[in-house]
Amino acid sequence: MSVASPLPHDSAALHVTGTARYIDDLPVPAGTLHLAFGLSEVACGAITSVDLDAVRAAPGVVMVLTADDLPFANDVSPSNHDEPLLAVGRVHYAGQPIFAVVADSHLNARHAARLGQIKIAAETPILTVEDALAANSRFEDGPRIWTKGDVGTALSGAAHRIKGRIDMGGQEHFYLEGQAALALPQEGGDMTVHSSTQHPTEIQHKVAEALGVPMHAVRVEVRRMGGGFGGKESQGNALAVACAVAARATGRPCKMRYDRDDDMIVTGKRHDFRIDYDAGFDEGGRLLGVDFTQYTRCGWAMDLSLPVADRAMLHSDNAYLLDACRITSHRLKTHTQSATAFRGFGGPQGVLGIERVMDHAAHVLGMDPVALRRVNYYAPMNAATDGAGGHVAGGLSAPRPAPPPEDISKTESEADLTSRGAQTVADDRVAVPEAAVNTTPYGMAVTDFILDAMTESLLATSDYHARKAAIADWNAANPLLKRGIGFSPVKFGVSFTLTHLNQAGALVHVYQDGSVHLNHGGTEMGQGLFQKVAQVAAARFGIDVAQVKITATDTGKVPNTSATAASSGADLNGMAVANACDIIRARIAEHLADAHQTAVADVQFAQGRVRVGGKDMSFAEAAMLAYQARVSLSATGFYKTPDLAWDRVKGQGRPFFYFAQGAAVTEVVIDTLTGENRILRCDILHDAGDSLNPALDLGQIEGGYVQGAGWLTTEELIWDDKGRLRTHAPSTYKIPACGDRPDVFNVALWDQPNPAATIYRSKAVGEPPFMHGISAFAALGDAVAACGPVWPDLQAPATPEAILAAVKRARG
Amino acid sequence: MDITFLLNGETVTAQAAPTVTLLDWLRTERGLNGTKEGCNEGDCGACTVMVTDASGARSLNACILFMGQLAGKAVRTVEGIAGPDGALHPVQQAMVDHHGSQCGFCTPGFVVSMATAHLNGRSDHDDQLAGNLCRCTGYAPIVRAAKAAADAPVPVWMRDTAPDAKTPHAPTSADDLAAWYLDHPNGTLIAGATDVGLWVTKQFRDLGDVAFLHACTDLQTIDVTDNAIRFGAGVTMTQVLDAVAADYPSYAAMIRRYGSVQVRNAATIGGNIANGSPIGDNPPALIALGATLHLRRGDALRDVALQDYFLAYGKQDRQPGEFVTGVTIPRGRDAHRVYKLSKRFDQDISAVCGGFDVTVSDGNVTAACIAFGGMAGVPKRAAAVEAALIGQPWNAQTIADALPAFAADFEPLSDMRASAAYRLEAAQNMLQRYFADLSGVSVNVREVSA
Repeated sequence: MSVASPLPHDSAALHVTGTARYIDDLPVPAGTLHLAFGLSEVACGAITSVDLDAVRAAPGVVMVLTADDLPFANDVSPSNHDEPLLAVGRVHYAGQPIFAVVADSHLNARHAARLGQIKIAAETPILTVEDALAANSRFEDGPRIWTKGDVGTALSGAAHRIKGRIDMGGQEHFYLEGQAALALPQEGGDMTVHSSTQHPTEIQHKVAEALGVPMHAVRVEVRRMGGGFGGKESQGNALAVACAVAARATGRPCKMRYDRDDDMIVTGKRHDFRIDYDAGFDEGGRLLGVDFTQYTRCGWAMDLSLPVADRAMLHSDNAYLLDACRITSHRLKTHTQSATAFRGFGGPQGVLGIERVMDHAAHVLGMDPVALRRVNYYAPMNAATDGAGGHVAGGLSAPRPAPPPEDISKTESEADLTSRGAQTVADDRVAVPEAAVNTTPYGMAVTDFILDAMTESLLATSDYHARKAAIADWNAANPLLKRGIGFSPVKFGVSFTLTHLNQAGALVHVYQDGSVHLNHGGTEMGQGLFQKVAQVAAARFGIDVAQVKITATDTGKVPNTSATAASSGADLNGMAVANACDIIRARIAEHLADAHQTAVADVQFAQGRVRVGGKDMSFAEAAMLAYQARVSLSATGFYKTPDLAWDRVKGQGRPFFYFAQGAAVTEVVIDTLTGENRILRCDILHDAGDSLNPALDLGQIEGGYVQGAGWLTTEELIWDDKGRLRTHAPSTYKIPACGDRPDVFNVALWDQPNPAATIYRSKAVGEPPFMHGISAFAALGDAVAACGPVWPDLQAPATPEAILAAVKRARG
Repeated sequence: MDITFLLNGETVTAQAAPTVTLLDWLRTERGLNGTKEGCNEGDCGACTVMVTDASGARSLNACILFMGQLAGKAVRTVEGIAGPDGALHPVQQAMVDHHGSQCGFCTPGFVVSMATAHLNGRSDHDDQLAGNLCRCTGYAPIVRAAKAAADAPVPVWMRDTAPDAKTPHAPTSADDLAAWYLDHPNGTLIAGATDVGLWVTKQFRDLGDVAFLHACTDLQTIDVTDNAIRFGAGVTMTQVLDAVAADYPSYAAMIRRYGSVQVRNAATIGGNIANGSPIGDNPPALIALGATLHLRRGDALRDVALQDYFLAYGKQDRQPGEFVTGVTIPRGRDAHRVYKLSKRFDQDISAVCGGFDVTVSDGNVTAACIAFGGMAGVPKRAAAVEAALIGQPWNAQTIADALPAFAADFEPLSDMRASAAYRLEAAQNMLQRYFADLSGVSVNVREVSA
């Protein structure tokens, strides 16, 4: 069967020959125009004058657009209508687009965009957490606070009280293909848009608003992106809308791609976080209570910050049963790029918060950090019991609050319902579950926890204990270099936390020659989604995957799609495609059963053959017979994740269908003179359920780890005191290079079926492995701790400078 | 200007302005869209092409490679890596087999780097691929692919012979250049274009009159005697690395890091010095060796100690119309060490780069030459530190006693690479590392393995 096969990426042969087309590679009609934005160099202030004469006079310039030239909505926000495409009256961050140049070439547009004379009465920007708190500059009226148990009593009674703070930087996506869009005007005012986006429906919606047309007048197509990582969930809106507006105004095709520096200056990044913690432990290392205060800089516009901050709260427990906790989340509004989705979507920040607490406590208690963690793990699947002593394990059979009515998400009329940033009204119908022993801080029973067994296995395969002892010996003999070893688990909740987004559609055609045309709402950004879903389709029809034609995501084929995000792509679209395939297969089977006077159940589809009533024909022959019998060979498919119910304001319910899990051990070496460091070895055991494609899943895990380690080591975003980003190119912002990957890199899949009824019992794999990078940070902390008796309080990213500072703290 | 070169095996004559980049020309004029723009500044390698000339095949970044540099060369883009019949090159097949592409956008650049390394028989994959960034895979499958393809024979189509053609108006000798530069003292000299390229792609600067130096072969020689090595200004950093590897392994190790293969294949030692950057990595290494810079204006030749060439930030001891012809270093300075400090190990601009050469006789320091980049507006000697060392016994106490002198020598700045305090402390600690290094203590995280 095609599922579970380690097939290459569907476009691998195109990738390696340079023939895979990205937006900027598409052939364009003659007369295509090119756009570039003129950007604010000031972070905050009123625009006092705009002189664009030199821009208009520059070679090749056809048109210059300002906010006044926009015919309809001037908004590219995915959430709050607070993000004008072009600034109106004021600027809110250094890099904000003020005008758009439309010229005959990309270079002419870029060149002209530098010539604007913009005067801005600069005001003191709000840049830091402190600035924002002092000004009470925030989204929502105050902090979100979720509680479980009595944290005050738990803390005051604890034998060990651990207090601290970790600052963790943001992260630039650095997708290799920058943001790009191409708008092609059609007859009657319609618009076709090619966009490098994870969210074609969002692009369609924003373009329709900007053109003053219904969504049916806009078609968006995405064959592939050159990387997304969340950075193309909402950040492509501006380019697509600008191109569409310019195409409408000029009647000519319009294309825009950001130069790399513009891309980094204009677009949002991962949210940086500060997390303060106050935790109480007993003598055995059991966490009795913890009080987290999370501060995140959301930037100037809301974008997706609320669900990001929610997900950070939702992952404050990570793998650990918290009996008593308080989680306070401040969503701060600052005059910086509007922070946005990035692989993990707040999860990594929340996880790092509690992993930091565990390492800090292990240091204070003198316990092995893994042992201390295991003391605090959730009860394992098949062992968890509820308060009444009943069994709560067993995946979907576990008791859970009754699902609410379908319409739990009431929204404002203008809101984009397909965005994770959509504003929903609190719902009081989500039942708060009965207190149970193995529940998250938000009241969800954890019934599928497998990390204890995974940890046991990983400790053995990575030879953790022996290496830890060897490292101690090595450190004793080496005065300047120190090694360290670190461990981190991850339990990541899978589903959109905006419940209604957990739906997907598909469109499948079977042609009379038995070839299959496959389309669904998911987008391909390198993760291999298209191949995985094609494998599902092939498996449903019992044919070879080569018979399945993967086609570009297209809002004209499958409407109302959710972003390819939240790791949900294969879960949702795989199911929707299976549904469509099954409909067609059932029609074919019904026809053949009729024709052969046998039961539908006796029609078998396997190995490219269809067997019915002792007759054996190719799938193509079966398709031809069905066609001749006037059977429809086209179907839409649909899927919605069951059993979700979530009230984000209260912080109660079942936001996730299941948890994807994994654990990592990393070994590092540091130079105590400069803080330079290196990852020596990494061992990962990761849970992808019954993998749809183990090769692609291993790729997600390896890549996720290196990207996660980059977040916490070399990748540092620096803004100056005027709010200007100083790290806006690969010359100054350093993602991991080839030599930064671990020398020894052992990755294995925990090959067990998902208890939840997902597509072929697989698990989502896009985001969870990112958090394995936290083990590298833990290892660096361990190496630093070898320098002295004091808790080193390493901060993130652990640049050489941060490590040297921590070395000095460790020495006291 | 008409520029004739070989493109994927076919002779082409491009009509292009000489400072149009090859990347833009390929994509907009030829429709060869396989070569990607990732950063437009030579840092990501998505635009890597293979260029062959008499010195062999090398990978270069097409985004900062001007058309004026290509006459008489052979260029192979990703479209020319597979065979004429469409047969995949071994590295391409290995990339498919080992799942080396995910989003695929960096892949053409990787494939060209890998194919070039394969052609040149290089198996130091981390180094050969240090100039290609991938955000998806974590590199592991790419390196597995490179290893898997290593033993396959080089496909015949990969061996290009460069056509006989010259860049119009480009000087072909130092004499030519000297005359041209006297006539055009405000002109721009373009050797490797690893910096000048960004003036065009990022700053839109008008370069005015330009002279491409690649045909000045008499500026590209390396002369080795018993006592000295003289590098012509046009010697690439790849050639410098090879030339110093035996005498100065620490310097060679630094060169390996400071630029990727693509950058080292283009960048010249003369350009790195003449440019006058306070964060260029060659100057501190060379100053510590007591290097001599050779300059020429018209027929007038002169030498200047490299340490005296850097006058102030943005100002060098070079007259209008005067150019660097070469630099000479002594041999046999066995105590010479270079330490580069940056956030990322490979292909990153230094926060601090230190060059050290201390002479110890009978246990006492008799001479010291210590220079730093990144610590001041110019590459600068640590005169006070040297003074604190000279005449003292070579021991830990002397080192400790010399540390406060750093504050007399340097008042570094804070920027996106490092804080002032960290720079100062790291520079001090580099002196400690130097002492430990010469004492045989393990100081290099790169020499530790799992």
